Amino acid sequence: MTKNSEFVKFDKVDKSYDGKVLVVKDLQLDIAEGEFITMLGPSGSGKTTCLMMLAGFETPTHGEILLDGNIISNIPPHKRGIGMVFQNYALFPHMTVYENLAFPLRVRKVEKDEIDKKVDKALSMVSLSGFETRMPAQLSGGQQQRVAVARALVFDPAVVLMDEPLGALDKNLRESMQYEIKHIHESIGVTVVYVTHDQSEALTMSNRIAVFNDGKVQQLSDPAELYEKPVNSFVAEFIGENNTFNGEVVDIANDKCKVKLANSEILANPISVKSKGDKTTVSLRPERALINPNNKMDNMFTGKIEEVIYHGDHTRVRLNLLGSSEFILKVPNSTSNLELKVNEDINIGWNSIDARALDPK
Amino acid sequence: MSSETKQILTTDGIPLEVSLKKAEKKNKIKAFLLVAPLLLFLIITYIFPIGDMFMRSVDDKMITNMLPKTFKAMEKWENLDELPPEEVFSAFYFDFKLLVKKQEQGKLGQRLNKEKNGFNSITKKLLRQIKRKKIDENANIKEQLMKVHKRWRSVEYWQAIKRTAPPYTMAKYLKGMDMYFAADGSVAQVEEDRRIHRILWLRTLEIAFFVTLFCFFMGYPIAHLLATLPMKYSNLLMICVLLPFWTSLLVRTASWMILLQQQGLVNDFFVMIGLVADDNRPEMMYNKVGTYVAMTQILLPFMVLPLYSVMKTISPSLMRAGKSLGGTPFVAFWKVYFPLTIPGIGAGCLLVFILAIGYYITPALVGGASGTLISNQIAFHMKTTLDWSFASAMGLMLLTGVLVIYWIYNKLVGVDNIKLG
Repeated sequence: MTKNSEFVKFDKVDKSYDGKVLVVKDLQLDIAEGEFITMLGPSGSGKTTCLMMLAGFETPTHGEILLDGNIISNIPPHKRGIGMVFQNYALFPHMTVYENLAFPLRVRKVEKDEIDKKVDKALSMVSLSGFETRMPAQLSGGQQQRVAVARALVFDPAVVLMDEPLGALDKNLRESMQYEIKHIHESIGVTVVYVTHDQSEALTMSNRIAVFNDGKVQQLSDPAELYEKPVNSFVAEFIGENNTFNGEVVDIANDKCKVKLANSEILANPISVKSKGDKTTVSLRPERALINPNNKMDNMFTGKIEEVIYHGDHTRVRLNLLGSSEFILKVPNSTSNLELKVNEDINIGWNSIDARALDPK
Repeated sequence: MSSETKQILTTDGIPLEVSLKKAEKKNKIKAFLLVAPLLLFLIITYIFPIGDMFMRSVDDKMITNMLPKTFKAMEKWENLDELPPEEVFSAFYFDFKLLVKKQEQGKLGQRLNKEKNGFNSITKKLLRQIKRKKIDENANIKEQLMKVHKRWRSVEYWQAIKRTAPPYTMAKYLKGMDMYFAADGSVAQVEEDRRIHRILWLRTLEIAFFVTLFCFFMGYPIAHLLATLPMKYSNLLMICVLLPFWTSLLVRTASWMILLQQQGLVNDFFVMIGLVADDNRPEMMYNKVGTYVAMTQILLPFMVLPLYSVMKTISPSLMRAGKSLGGTPFVAFWKVYFPLTIPGIGAGCLLVFILAIGYYITPALVGGASGTLISNQIAFHMKTTLDWSFASAMGLMLLTGVLVIYWIYNKLVGVDNIKLG
């Protein structure tokens, strides 16, 4: 069977709650069968609204949503056959774990033996076998989360939606659950649409990430590309850490441009600047700037150390560089570590290809 | 290692357990002192009156105190089917004479008349004989008494006196159930056309049940709306629900009278839209209908508030989860939402039912003859017949009924499941 690359399709979808403001604007998004796609964005960016429209709890103001080629905008939620994991798990507190998992099967009039088999399978998938008779209140947060995932998968839905499912867990548990959900996805190959505002979660788990802001998808690409090659300054800012310089393009060639800052000039990689005189924000990842680089780099400057913060695996250094005191450096913790002292001057260098000249902020 | 060496000591060398108890004792005393005023208040205003009510309802000491010698002598009266011996007659005579001196013989006559009709006239006759000094105290008193009136010769009258001997009686409770102690001491039912109390009890239960039912069916959707509407609308609706609370009960009942009477607004409206003929306006007041309508309206907030407080805690995502898992809206409601509201339903129904079962003012004003409840009967005996002991007995029966309902509820649903907020 060939995988359908337009298994879920948002076709020119608009959504407005009050008739004045569009919370989702002209959304065009194709999701392939078996894909793990994450909608990432700050709160109020429209990502949860998109999920709710897909689940059927909200209707698009304009445009259509298609599932496997069929328009589903007018199908009520209970007939869509889409599994959903809610932010606060939404386990039925008056039912045991078994009854919670059996609920979607019972409403589908599945035979009792079949229900037992499927519940068993789903529970062992999230390694919770033997918890059938527990009530949700008797489970820890992580266990409740697993039950919620198992419940969303037990009736073999074509698509599973997850609405910030790990938001309430502590950091360690969240990380282990990220891997667990990823592995479940890989083993059963279900299409997952995942919503989160946590960028590291998105980077770890997804095949592709759709970055939302202001009701629009800013960039849709795989995690590596999203981090390495942000297409605009919002994405660069939102994903990972970022040093920015605001300036004006004074010279532009094929793969290099010269950007004039307040009192100096840097070389950058022209992404969204076209011609001389364009305003731009240059984005540079902190780990791409090196201290005393061995190789010749085309940007070399000297800055003064303002602050040194020890982070265990790396050290963050804040520099006063090129007129900005917010320049961040990440120095990995290695045996050849330099003695970094506040108020000392150090030499910094980076390649112009890593300094991306994007749209002005 | 012995247990002695395991004991943990504080730095002062006092065993930790002892030290802890000492520290906690102070806190316990403080806590008790804080609740002591309330406890005292409850004892004075609640426990004590109930105790007093109970004593009053079973109290039958009046005759016991009036005829001490008679009852003493009656202990020797063995064959109850025959007239008592001479000692009983003479003891009764001297007791009666003492009462005459204190001018209390009238009370005795009335009280005995309740036990057996005809006592009033024969005690009055005896009084006249005594006043005319017709009775020779040195002769056989039994013979003389029996000559005063033929009823003194009837064993039934002496049996009636004997029945009043115990200082406590359940007679008032039996009366509340339309029963009484027959001449031979067995429990008998009053004639069918005089059984008013039993009808009232059943009607009270019926009205309380249906009012609870109406309140539930009307209150559930309101509470749901309150819990799900956005804040600005739900606040307004909440005020509408609470408004009756801030209005005097009397005013509310009176406004129902204005609405429901035959020339009232509701009837006017029915006539206007042609539902009923002008000369055939239905009676909606001074009968059960009036009681149902007014009581349901007045008790509705007691159903809505507990339901609302429970529904407020149910996350809307649960219903969504139910639907996304494939349940139709009805299934999601019935299997997910409804079971979660049961604590609120229990609390609301119990509250409304218990309030309804003892309701007084509203039925008194709009109930008429067919819409009055047991509490109106209690009030009648408190204020009109002044039979406080009977009123007390019925009040306690009502209280017992409420406790039984509470007990049944606890067995069925469990009191822990009640949630008022």
